[in-house]
Amino acid sequence: MTPTTETARSIQGRATPLSERGIRAFMFGCAAVSILTTAGIILVLAFETFEFFSEVGVGAFLFDTEWTPLFADKHFGIWPLIAGTMLTTGIAASVAIPFGLLAAIYLSEFATFRARATLKPMLEVLAGVPTIVYGYFALVFVTPALQAVIPGLAGFNALSPGLVMGIMIIPMVSSLSEDALHAVSDTLREGAYALGARRLPTIFRVVLPAAMSGIAASLVLAISRAIGETMIVAIAAGQQPRLTLDPRVPVETMTAYIVQVSMGDTPAGTLEYRTIFAVGTTLFLFTFVMNIFGQRLARRFGRS
Amino acid sequence: MAASLSDGRSSGSTRPRAETLFRALCLAAVIIPLLLLAVLVGDVLIRGLGRLDWAFITSLPSRRADLAGILPALVGSLYLVTLTSLIAVPIGVGCAIYLEEYGHDSRIARIIELNIANLAGVPSVIYGLLGLEIFVRVLNMDRSLLAGACTLSLLVLPIVILSSREALRTVPKGLREGAYALGATHWQSIRRVVLPMALPGILTGTILAISRAIGETAPLIVVGALAYVTFLPESPMSPFTALPIQIFNWVSRPQEAFLINAAAGIVVLLVTLLTLNSLAVGIRNRFQRRLR
Repeated sequence: MTPTTETARSIQGRATPLSERGIRAFMFGCAAVSILTTAGIILVLAFETFEFFSEVGVGAFLFDTEWTPLFADKHFGIWPLIAGTMLTTGIAASVAIPFGLLAAIYLSEFATFRARATLKPMLEVLAGVPTIVYGYFALVFVTPALQAVIPGLAGFNALSPGLVMGIMIIPMVSSLSEDALHAVSDTLREGAYALGARRLPTIFRVVLPAAMSGIAASLVLAISRAIGETMIVAIAAGQQPRLTLDPRVPVETMTAYIVQVSMGDTPAGTLEYRTIFAVGTTLFLFTFVMNIFGQRLARRFGRS
Repeated sequence: MAASLSDGRSSGSTRPRAETLFRALCLAAVIIPLLLLAVLVGDVLIRGLGRLDWAFITSLPSRRADLAGILPALVGSLYLVTLTSLIAVPIGVGCAIYLEEYGHDSRIARIIELNIANLAGVPSVIYGLLGLEIFVRVLNMDRSLLAGACTLSLLVLPIVILSSREALRTVPKGLREGAYALGATHWQSIRRVVLPMALPGILTGTILAISRAIGETAPLIVVGALAYVTFLPESPMSPFTALPIQIFNWVSRPQEAFLINAAAGIVVLLVTLLTLNSLAVGIRNRFQRRLR
């Protein structure tokens, strides 16, 4: 056919321009799967949620304060599930933010090169442990331990899974924050030292502010992870939707509700079946907004 | 800034102690989480190790905790992981090749890139909802291994893509150009030169994706994995359970004996993950030595 083909044939005895184009199309098809996945998620959630709202109404979803779709007296107010999610996420954040930030400062500013090379991957193991294992840990170890200290703590509560979830996301905060701190140019530190600043003022007034957008990104992404975390709360938080901010009583998160309904045999097309998509849509919107925001921050840190 | 810095200097005499304290605080923030991890593993080992024997691995589940085993769960997980890698690895590597070798900085490539970053942040339980509607209902796969594997594939796809891209990027440009100079076409240079060089990195990414898939619970529950299975799956269309699902089932029961079963199951899960990750680290180290 063409000279290129001839050359190609003579060397490899195979590919032709046509197959070259076919291969490129195949690779593009693979790449398109990721776009199709996103489209699929959005379409599926939108479709089932639309069906849900046409039966229940947006008002009953947004303005009711009870969530009892599985009972005879049905209420569809999303707020108890949002409160449960916010409560466990808030507890997780209050563990992960201080621990993660201090760990990041240690790894970036104090640790020797070798200590950093050992400790950073060790911390990251925390994020690799399956969440089912953390759920077991929260229920079987942490809750009884907390009950010995906090009287009135129920067997299922928001506190224990919140704390364990916080441990799990520490590496999300520490790794990304450490990257941001590490990326701060040493000339800034040396400039501060040259002005007579000691180490702590240098860290707090020069290095941390310079790394701020990267640090903020790590916090936002870690919190988003906690909002979407499922098994720990499904196991240890109880499955009782409750509009409360009391960490001692059983609550239910959005994710745990989806698991609860899925454990039963819910036929497709029923209202119950649609509730998990309506809850899924709410969950997706929360995490999507936070992820976009977090990535914006991360990119700003990448540029500076 | 200048004022605050001189501020720091004026109280300078107390600073070193503050620094020592702060440094200790920071170190504690690294050590305490690691200690908690050790407590977690220790607790699971103490509770579960005594229960773990050959019969536990080769028995079917039972209503009696002391007779119950994890065989269907193990076989189910093995099936899931095999199917998931068969689906996710070709697609993920193909996507990485497109982004690195064909798309470059085109508009569509950038959109795909952004999209992958977003997908990586979608909660796994949402993938379950996607799988339930598309694979289980629309594509009529029912609550089968295949539906579970397709769902997990989409979930781990970003991991495969990101690590494969990283691997492709480490291949020196000179090698590609050398291939072109010898008259190779684009695909020939990818197939014969770039991919073999990137293979260890792709393998590492595949193992990481597999270890993520093995531990996933929520999407499989949503897709309809069964909690109590007393038979072994025969084909990709069989209903199934998986190791994390079996553990969840045992954790959800109030009896102490089942919690011990759960601990033993977790030991098996963690040993599997440890093995996989050591394998990944081993491959990476060997590869790095080869590059040097």
